[in-house]
Amino acid sequence: MLAVGASAQDMASFEKRTTVKVLPNGLTIIVCERPEAPVFSYFTMVNAGSVDDPGGQSGLAHMFEHMAFKGTREIGTTDYPAEKAALAKVETAYTAYDTEFRKRVGQNADKLAELKKQFDEAQKAAETYVVPNEFPQIAEENGAEGLNAETSEDSTNYFWSMPSNRLELWAYMESGRIGDPVLREFYKERDVVQEERRMRIDSSPIGRMVEQMLATAYVAHPYGRSGVGWESEISQVSATEAEAFHKIYYTPSNIVIAVVGDVKAATTIPMLEKYFGTIPAGPKPEEMTTIEPPQMAEKTVIIKEETQPFYLEGYHRPDYRDPDDAVYDAITDIFSNGRTARLYRSLVRDQKIAATAQGFSGFPGDKYPGLFAVYAVPLPGHTDQEMRESIHKELDKLKTEDVSDAELEKYKTRAKADKLRGLADNAGLAEQLAEYQTRFGDWREMFREIAKIDAVTKADIKRVAQKTFVENNRTVAQIEFTAPAATDDKAPAKTGGAQ
Amino acid sequence: MNGHEMRVGLRAKLGVLATVLAIGTVAFAQQAKPWEQIPVPPLHDFKPEQPKKIVLKNGLTIFLQEDHELPFVNGSILIRGGSRDEPADKVGLVSLYGQAWRTSGTKTASGDALDETLALKAADVETSGGLATTSVHWSSFKQDFDPVFGVAMDVLLHPDFKPEKLALGKQQLAAGIARRNDDAAGIAGREASMVAYGKDSPYSRHVEYATIAAVKLPDLVAWHDKTVVPNGMIVSVSGDFDSAAMEAKLRKAFEPMARGAEVKTVQPAFKDPKQAVYFVNKADVNQSNVYIVGLGTERNNPDYYALTVMNEVFSGGFGSRLFQSVRTKLGLAYSVGGGYGAAYDHPGTFTVAAATKSSSTVAATKAMLDEIALLKTKPPTPEELRSAKDQVLNSFIFNYDSREKTLNEQVSLAFYGYPPDFLDRFKDAIEKVTAEDVTRVATKYIDVSKLAIVVVGNQSEFGTPLDKLGPVTTLDIAIPPPPGAPKK
Repeated sequence: MLAVGASAQDMASFEKRTTVKVLPNGLTIIVCERPEAPVFSYFTMVNAGSVDDPGGQSGLAHMFEHMAFKGTREIGTTDYPAEKAALAKVETAYTAYDTEFRKRVGQNADKLAELKKQFDEAQKAAETYVVPNEFPQIAEENGAEGLNAETSEDSTNYFWSMPSNRLELWAYMESGRIGDPVLREFYKERDVVQEERRMRIDSSPIGRMVEQMLATAYVAHPYGRSGVGWESEISQVSATEAEAFHKIYYTPSNIVIAVVGDVKAATTIPMLEKYFGTIPAGPKPEEMTTIEPPQMAEKTVIIKEETQPFYLEGYHRPDYRDPDDAVYDAITDIFSNGRTARLYRSLVRDQKIAATAQGFSGFPGDKYPGLFAVYAVPLPGHTDQEMRESIHKELDKLKTEDVSDAELEKYKTRAKADKLRGLADNAGLAEQLAEYQTRFGDWREMFREIAKIDAVTKADIKRVAQKTFVENNRTVAQIEFTAPAATDDKAPAKTGGAQ
Repeated sequence: MNGHEMRVGLRAKLGVLATVLAIGTVAFAQQAKPWEQIPVPPLHDFKPEQPKKIVLKNGLTIFLQEDHELPFVNGSILIRGGSRDEPADKVGLVSLYGQAWRTSGTKTASGDALDETLALKAADVETSGGLATTSVHWSSFKQDFDPVFGVAMDVLLHPDFKPEKLALGKQQLAAGIARRNDDAAGIAGREASMVAYGKDSPYSRHVEYATIAAVKLPDLVAWHDKTVVPNGMIVSVSGDFDSAAMEAKLRKAFEPMARGAEVKTVQPAFKDPKQAVYFVNKADVNQSNVYIVGLGTERNNPDYYALTVMNEVFSGGFGSRLFQSVRTKLGLAYSVGGGYGAAYDHPGTFTVAAATKSSSTVAATKAMLDEIALLKTKPPTPEELRSAKDQVLNSFIFNYDSREKTLNEQVSLAFYGYPPDFLDRFKDAIEKVTAEDVTRVATKYIDVSKLAIVVVGNQSEFGTPLDKLGPVTTLDIAIPPPPGAPKK
């Protein structure tokens, strides 16, 4: 791929040690042999994320991710048939409670309390069959390292690394929780997820700002919805809804699993087929119809609170399949990469008005058209307005002047070097293989992308800048420091909203 | 590359775990356990490649680790002496030194010019200041090794500290000071550390406008001249090279350096905190950050192994007592964790932390305290002990599954004077830990009268008042204004 031409890093070398198998049920498995040490990493990518949360159920994809650690019919229970019956009663009791709870007219407080009691009792009964956290505990006892999962707007991912003699154990566990999860302890986990919301959003100035920014930037596309879920919605989702989500989106044809490390494709593929092949096939989920309409005017959110100022703005851009995808990467690099980057030089080094200033792309995702965003953190005594003016000056320069040869060259060299550096790590490789296979239908795109990087020209950058960085396409979110009105602790000085 | 810029997490993904924890309990099995029937063949024989160690006559230590998978070479020069060794009235000196060192450049090349040359090669040469060390790192394609290593050596031997780059570093630190009370989690972590170690400890103190104002250019030069001595340095290089040729290059570069006086760290007195409740009110949050903190231990403590197993039982992962109780059973927190910490050459901290909605602040804190108390009264069951040890031992391979990890481990051990086979010894010692050992160390080290509680949260939403936990002291977190600033 690069002129360097060493053998372990080019596509030909990966061709030799990478095998793709699409099982009859539609699930894609990638096995990449990298026998450096007797360990392996896996990455399961479910091609559904927070964007796929059904209306009124924001946060459901993420909620399901948490449930995927609760076990299966075989793991996490002392008696599955009895537990299944008990869980059905929980749902019945919850539905009754929830129906009364949501009544806008004629809600009966006594009845509600009684239904709540029945719901609590049903949960208690179901919990008697639970072996709490047995699923992750088996993994951890067997040496799982970096065990975690993540829900982004675009996908839901599960991953860990293990000693290679646990490969079959992993296949048993992973196929079980993907194909046959049991949504036990759902309502307690819902409380945990609400704590996650409080931590990431409600109690974090940046979290609050980003949520408002996205909600303002998008009028139609679900990128504008809170990924962790609006408080009212995430506090009311049910296990029944989560099961319905699983049925639609965790269908094998919507899943790619990559395994990298001390594994042999010849023996691994048949073994994986034995476990993952039993997951019933289903229709591929329908593609989303919603396309964000063109923005009509600049939109601004000013959050006035007792937090130091912060400036963020974003511009709608096309998704990752766009021919200009690499052009946006080039702009990001020229704006943000290191101390030679334009924003650093202008705002941080020369004008001395910001502690940090950077641009980044694919916010909050890039499967669908996301934002190219720029933020700046003002130094004490400097304002959001100064950030805005300086950022716009840099954006305008991109539209009117060619970038230098050196800037373009730096982007290309570094982008290629970064790609290479990512190839010597099981976990990182598994993620990339799964992602490229999901996004392009072929992991080889990882290497083919180099050509797109090389093809970016100065004219491309100017053209894309002229098209993208226009007033009507801009959304701004900023924090404006405002001292509390009184010394009274009980009066949080928090106001704000779209202008 | 901008290692010193503030990092802002605008794109944090959601996840099932807040922090990567590691283990566990329970098993009241009636159902068959099919997973136990799955064969676990013996692990392939594997001997991690150890780096080659060379000690020069001037006392400088070199580690070489060949790794031919990718065409890169990475290097690091670790230099004894860090922020814990800086004067109390100049806190921030080492951080500023680490920033201005590389950004200033050398006698023959300005930092800005170096930025440009290196970026064109997708290479890095960076300096940084840490707690116990400062360092120079470099990384490049293997064919660029000579010029890039040349820059690293030029930075090491011929720095040219410049006032404008010191000022740039100061403006970064000042921004951090101004913003340090914006985020509740940040406040809690900082205050908890000061409560555990004492507020003036080199392990907890932080920069103030006055301490960074006190740092002048000659301080950076003096720090450099004092610390850059070969007998206080460890050089490690990994990547795609031939060791013999690399050794020759490094000898040529480092052998001319003359020995000097090594920085000797004077450890402060470590005093356990007193049982107390400290509080910071934050009106704009709906979740409390709760820390329970005290002093921990050192890794060379013979009880380190039993404490490690105790930690696994207590807070090691999904199956651990703390996680099972506070998160899974009670649903009171997403983020909960901690443990009895151990550092290489000074006591770590015993920290138990959780974030819980305002109204359950007291309930969650009590649940955490209960689990701490149970460590002494409820010995690990055979299942808990097995689970805890399995978790440590079965994941042990991940201590050395890459050549880079093996190299870094050897550098750390050498730096702190630990035996090179520390990991092997650790493994053997963990295997021998018994339930009695765990109870013994829990009894010996866990003392609730030496643990303080720090809460950062929104008082108006607590419901149950905080003084249910004991008398409450409100912490003053007001930021002292810069020297000479007009009074508000």
